[in-house]
Amino acid sequence: MKHLLGIENLNRDQIMNILETAVSFDEINQRQIKKVPTLKGKTIINFFAEPSTRTRMSFEVAEKRLSADTYNIAVSGSAIEKGETLSDTALNLQAMQPDAMIIRHSVAGTPQLLAEIMDCSIINAGDGFREHPTQALLDAFTIWQKKGKLEGLRIALLGDIYHSRVARSNIYLLTKMGCDVVISGPGTMIPKEIEKMGVTVEKRPVDAVKGADAVMMLRVQNERASNLLYPDVREYAKFFCLTPELLKYAKNDAIVMHPGPANRGVEIDDVVMDGERSVVLTQVANGVSVRMAVLYLLLGGSEK
Amino acid sequence: MKMIIKNGTLVNPAKKEKKKTAIVIENGLITDITDNPDETGAKVVNADGMIVAPGFIDIHVHFRDPGYEHKEDIHTGLMAAAAGGFTSVCTMPNTNPVADNIETIRYMLERATGGNGVKLYPVAAASKGLKGEGLAPIGELKEGGAIAVSDDGKPIKNTDLLKRVMEYGSSFDMKYISHSEDTYLAEGGQMNEGFYSTIYGMTGIPVVGEASQIARDCMMAEYLDLPVHIAHVSCAMSVDVIRHYKKKGVKVTAETAPHYLTLTDQAVGGFDTNTKINPPLRSENDRLVLIEAVKSGLIDAIATDHAPHHQREKEVEFNNAPFGIIGLETALPIVLKLYHEGHLTIERVVELFTAGYSIMGVKGGVIEKGAPADVTIFDTDYQWTVDKNMFCSKSSNTPFHGFHVKGSVFATIVDGKVVYSREF
Repeated sequence: MKHLLGIENLNRDQIMNILETAVSFDEINQRQIKKVPTLKGKTIINFFAEPSTRTRMSFEVAEKRLSADTYNIAVSGSAIEKGETLSDTALNLQAMQPDAMIIRHSVAGTPQLLAEIMDCSIINAGDGFREHPTQALLDAFTIWQKKGKLEGLRIALLGDIYHSRVARSNIYLLTKMGCDVVISGPGTMIPKEIEKMGVTVEKRPVDAVKGADAVMMLRVQNERASNLLYPDVREYAKFFCLTPELLKYAKNDAIVMHPGPANRGVEIDDVVMDGERSVVLTQVANGVSVRMAVLYLLLGGSEK
Repeated sequence: MKMIIKNGTLVNPAKKEKKKTAIVIENGLITDITDNPDETGAKVVNADGMIVAPGFIDIHVHFRDPGYEHKEDIHTGLMAAAAGGFTSVCTMPNTNPVADNIETIRYMLERATGGNGVKLYPVAAASKGLKGEGLAPIGELKEGGAIAVSDDGKPIKNTDLLKRVMEYGSSFDMKYISHSEDTYLAEGGQMNEGFYSTIYGMTGIPVVGEASQIARDCMMAEYLDLPVHIAHVSCAMSVDVIRHYKKKGVKVTAETAPHYLTLTDQAVGGFDTNTKINPPLRSENDRLVLIEAVKSGLIDAIATDHAPHHQREKEVEFNNAPFGIIGLETALPIVLKLYHEGHLTIERVVELFTAGYSIMGVKGGVIEKGAPADVTIFDTDYQWTVDKNMFCSKSSNTPFHGFHVKGSVFATIVDGKVVYSREF
C-alpha cells in the first residue's frame, strides 16, 4: 500500500492490519518517552488547504513521535493564494522529494489528483464530503478497544450525514467489518440512495439509537443553516440532539463518540458529552496511535 | 470538377432510401444519383463498404470565438467538425462579447467564410448579455444571419422574459432553444444527484431541476402555440415530460448528446474533470431510457454540445473545473456503439445526425438532384482508439480518451469540396 486515499478500496485484512499495528503504537504513547526512531530521515509535508486543528495536530504529533521531519503548509500565505494552481504547487513540493504528504482539501477527489501527479505517498486527511479515512480508522480502533470486537455491533450515526466525510469513511469501514450501521438525521441531511452503501436509514433518531453499541454524533455545521438545511439551531437541538433521554434507548454499555469539533447543546448535550459513556477524548488519543500506524505501514517498510 | 462517389450504400432518411448506388457531384451540387455514372474526367471516390449520407449537422457547439480563442477558434472548430463528419454547425452565443449584437454575428460568419468550408449558423443570445433581463435585438440578429436564439449555458429564469422571447422571436421566425435548468436546485452541484454523488461526496444536481424547466418551457410553447427546442436532454424524467407534450401536439423538438447515451455518473469516480458536464452524466436508468427515446423518435436529434476548455482549466480540483467536454470528433463512433449493440439502425443513426436541419430551418439533410453536395461518407467497422492528442480541436477535454471504437468518418464533403478525408 502506497497511499491512503480512502477506506473505500481497503479490505478487511488491511483494516485489521492497521488496527493491530496501532495497538503497539498505543503502547508507545503510554510511555514516559513517546518518541521512536522509526521514520528518522523521512520528510513529511502536512498540507491543510482547509482549517483543521485536531487532525493537523494529531498528524504532526504522530509524525514527530516517529522521528520524521515534518513541514506544515497552510493555504493562506502559500503560492496558491497568489494564484498558483494546486498541480503546480504539488509539482514544486514533489521536487523537494518528500516521502509523504498529508492532504486536507475542500474538494472531493483532490488526494487522488495529487497521487496521480506526485511520487510520494499521499494520505487523505479529509476531502470534501467524500472520505476521512484516518478518522474512521481511529473511530474503529476506539470501538474495538472498548468492545473487544467490531463484527455484529450495532452502530448509530446521527446528524448531518450529507456533508460528512467522517460518516462516509465510517460507513465503508464499519460495514466492511460486519457492523450493523444505522443512520438518522433531518431529511435534508440524508444523501440520496445512501442505503445502497449498506446502511439502514431511520427517520427518528430514537429508532437508530435503539440497541446501539455505539452512538456516533456528527457535527452540525452552523454556517449551513442559511442553506435551507434546518430552520434554526433551537429546532435542530429539539429533535436531533443526543440527550441523556435519547441515549437511554441505546445499550447500557453503549459508548458515545464525536469526531469534533462538537456544538454543545446542538447535536450533543453537555451531560452526554462529559458523561462516563463519552469516549470523545479517547478518540483523540487514539488518533495519534492510528496515524502512527498508518505512517509506519506506508513509509516504514520501504527500506527493509 | 466532377466527382463520383461509387460503390457505397446511400442512406438517405429524408427519402426513406437505403441502396447501393453512385452519386455524381458537379459544381458543388448533386447532379445525379445513378447506378451507372459516366466516369469520364471525374474524380472517383471508391466508397466500397461505406455509408454515403447527407452531410451531418451539429446544432449545438461552442466555438469560443470571439473571446476565448485559447480554447477553440472558429477555424479549428470547423476543422474538428469536418473531421467528425459534420458539414454544418450551429454555434452557441456565450462568446465574449456575447453574440447579442449584429457585429458579433457578422464577425462569426466572416471568420467562417475564411475557414474550411463547413457551414456555420450562429445561434444568437435570447436576452441581452445572456443576463436574463431584457430582450436581445432578435430582429436585427436575424438580419445579421443568426438562425435561432438561446441563452445556452444558462436558463431563462424569469418566466415572463421566456414568454417575451418566444412571442417576440416569433415575429422573425426565431425559435427559442431551451437550456433547461433550475439554478436553485443546481447550486453548487458538481455531478448528478444520486448514489454516486453520495459516495463521491459531491453536491448533486437533481434530474428534477432539468425536467421541471422543460415542462415549463413546453407549457409556454403550448400556451403560445409556438415551437421550442430542448437542448441536451439528459434524463428519463425529461423524456417523460417531452413525451407528454409531443403527444398533445405541442411543437417541441429535442436533442441529446452522445455522452448521455454511453456514459453514466459512475464515470465521475476517477475524479477526471472531463466527466464534469452540465447537464451532468446521469444514472444507468436514465441512459437506457434515453437510448429508447432516440430509438423511438421521441428525441429528434443528436448534438454534441462541443464545449472546449483548455487543459490548464480542466487539470484542477474537480469543483474548480469548468463544465463541458468536446464531442465533434468522437460523436459518430460513440453513437455507432448503439448501432453495433443493436439499439439503432444505420438509417436512424443518419437521421439523428441530420434531423437538425429541419429543427433549425436550415437547408440540407437530403441527397437529391440539385441539392448542395454536402455529403458524409463513413464506415461502421473501422477500429481505432480515441487519442485526445490527435484532435483537430484546440482542446482535448474528452471523457473518451483511450476508448476503442468501431466506425469512423471516411470523408466529409461540403458543396462538392472535400473538407476532410481519412485516406484520399
